[in-house]
Amino acid sequence: MNAANFKHALFCAFITLIISYPILGLNLVSAGTSMGLEGASTVTIIGIFMAVAVVFLFQLCRDSAMAKLGQLPRPDFTSNRPPMTEKTRLKIQNIVILTIILGASLWPFIASRGSIDLATLVLIYIMLALGLNVVVGLAGLLDLGYVAFYAVGAYTFALLSQYFGVSFWFALPVGALLAALFGLALGFPVLRLRGDYLAIVTLGFGEIIRILLNNWTSLTGGPNGIGGIPDPTLFGLEFGRRIKEEGNLSFHEFFGIAYDSTHKVIFLYLIALVLAALTFFAVRRLMQMPVGRSWEALREDEIAARSLGLSRTGVKLSAFTIGAFFAGFAGTVFASKQGFISPESFVFLESAIILAIVVLGGMGSQFGVILAAIAVTILPELAREFSEYRMLIFGAAMVLMMVWRPQGLMPMRRIHIELEKQE
Amino acid sequence: MLEVRDLSMRFGGLLAVDRVSLDVQEHEIVSIIGPNGAGKTTVFNCMSGFYRPSGGKILFEDREIQGTPDYKISRLGLVRTFQHVRLFSRMTVVENLLVAQHRHLNTNLFSGLIKTPNYRLREQKSLDRAAYWLNRVGLLDMANRDAGNLAYGQQRRLEIARCMVTEPKLLMLDEPAAGLNPAETRELNQLIISLKEDYHVSVVLIEHDMSLVMEISDRINVINQGRPLASGTPDEIRHNDDVIKAYLGEA
Ligand SMILES: Nc1ncnc2c1ncn2[C@@H]1O[C@H](COP(=O)(O)OP(=O)(O)O)[C@@H](O)[C@H]1O
Ligand SMILES: [Mg+2]
Repeated sequence: MNAANFKHALFCAFITLIISYPILGLNLVSAGTSMGLEGASTVTIIGIFMAVAVVFLFQLCRDSAMAKLGQLPRPDFTSNRPPMTEKTRLKIQNIVILTIILGASLWPFIASRGSIDLATLVLIYIMLALGLNVVVGLAGLLDLGYVAFYAVGAYTFALLSQYFGVSFWFALPVGALLAALFGLALGFPVLRLRGDYLAIVTLGFGEIIRILLNNWTSLTGGPNGIGGIPDPTLFGLEFGRRIKEEGNLSFHEFFGIAYDSTHKVIFLYLIALVLAALTFFAVRRLMQMPVGRSWEALREDEIAARSLGLSRTGVKLSAFTIGAFFAGFAGTVFASKQGFISPESFVFLESAIILAIVVLGGMGSQFGVILAAIAVTILPELAREFSEYRMLIFGAAMVLMMVWRPQGLMPMRRIHIELEKQE
Repeated sequence: MLEVRDLSMRFGGLLAVDRVSLDVQEHEIVSIIGPNGAGKTTVFNCMSGFYRPSGGKILFEDREIQGTPDYKISRLGLVRTFQHVRLFSRMTVVENLLVAQHRHLNTNLFSGLIKTPNYRLREQKSLDRAAYWLNRVGLLDMANRDAGNLAYGQQRRLEIARCMVTEPKLLMLDEPAAGLNPAETRELNQLIISLKEDYHVSVVLIEHDMSLVMEISDRINVINQGRPLASGTPDEIRHNDDVIKAYLGEA
């Protein structure tokens, strides 16, 4: 705790004071036609000064506290393990994943409706994060407007169903492909951009899509959104109490069971599970393919990649397109789950949360990303009482994580490739 | 096979390369030497398509390639290394070699996703080629290390191997011996000669290590302050007065 620290702490405390005092410590009161200022209650004033003191003390010993935090043990279940060959690793991964999927597909039959709903949301976030992981984690392209592709998927389904009465199963590939197309379209103008510039342009792109949806009232209904988005059907069986479309049967009548609104929720959950699994396996395969390697090569060294004949255009566009494709998937499922969508669901904060999931999980690491998606979606629900402080807690958790474990929950581990010995 | 005619490159007011010409025949090692800042790397950057030259022509197998994008030039078989090693550091050594072979594996997305037999066959071929070259440069045991964790000399050799798996016709090496110890330099010597003799690639070499240059070059080009100073066989260069004065003399 040297003089510089002390000065810095004093400065921070001062800033806290001049920011919080006018906002919290002074109240505007209207007296007739004129406005007057009035000091706040003594409790508030004491609160402000306590906050100032806390900031001062924290800043005073920030360095040592952060250093201590950095030294905390970081459990790493993988680092001590001897490296596995590609085959064993894939085998173990498959067993783990298939067990999880099996468990996850049986679980909804014993769980409550609310938790199934939440789990569906988790799966949607897993899809989104796995998709963004391609763009940010593998290709190293910082995309802050990822939510735009999610919106494209969701709105494709909503609009198609509203204007053409299209079903979920038709809209699913269309939404994903359209989102991919938007990914491609975004890719072109940002080909030459990197780092901060890329982040700003993608951020702008995300906002453009949202504002477009918000203002194109005649088509999208603007801020009122679009409702009445149909549920998916199971080979033409509908899950509603009453049939909506001529010629369809309803699920409960077909199987001769009592109507239960949970059926629909479970069905949607299972669809999301299948799609999330599909995303996982597709991305894992891509990572071992030339495309996936070229994404990483471009992230590592663009000049070297080009000198080996990789076209920057092709590589970047494929990353944006494929990443957007999975967001389109997620968007369609989301629209169906909610039954109603509006631009509110696709604000920048969503992009930030998906990005946070990728960073928390460990860039490029699929298991890490899944773990982080679960944590980031479920923890706020568990801490409902603190919902006002959600973003505060979220921010603090992010900062602590970055100090304690900057490489993410489960850093990416490279595949070991067995080479046949040459004689 | 490669012909550079009156190549010039201007950066603002600085004429970094001034009418340099260069000829490379098949199965030949041609060196470019010159003091620091002479414009050697800039010549490479023009040849490999990183810069569009301000003047002059570059012909590769009778095709004008000046101004062609870099990735297309390397697909023609003109591949380079860098003065400061550029590896994909957080990828493993094998992966570095696999990235370089993406063209040999250029099947469509779906044959890769579902692993068609044809895809597997090609994948195996690239792995074999990678194993062969790792063995050749003595890095087979390091195959699954992160490339960034290799020792400096190993990184240099990996960079050369990474070029070789693309099966180039002409290899451009920018100061490959920089930072190597004498033993490593000797190995590198052997390797470069063998590239010419056994794998029939031509090599253009930028190098400061005079003993290396004199020993393995078929011809040498000297440039000084962007301008060609002399060219000829190692013996001619060794006895060229201009060269002795401008370069060897002060070194
Ligand atoms: N991109 C560039 N922009 C401006 N000047 C450059 C650039 N690249 C090289 N130069 C200049 O060109 C001259 C030749 O550089 P270089 O080709 O790297 O020399 P060498 O490789 O022979 O040491 C130097 O004066 C250098 O500063
Ligand atoms: Mg140089």
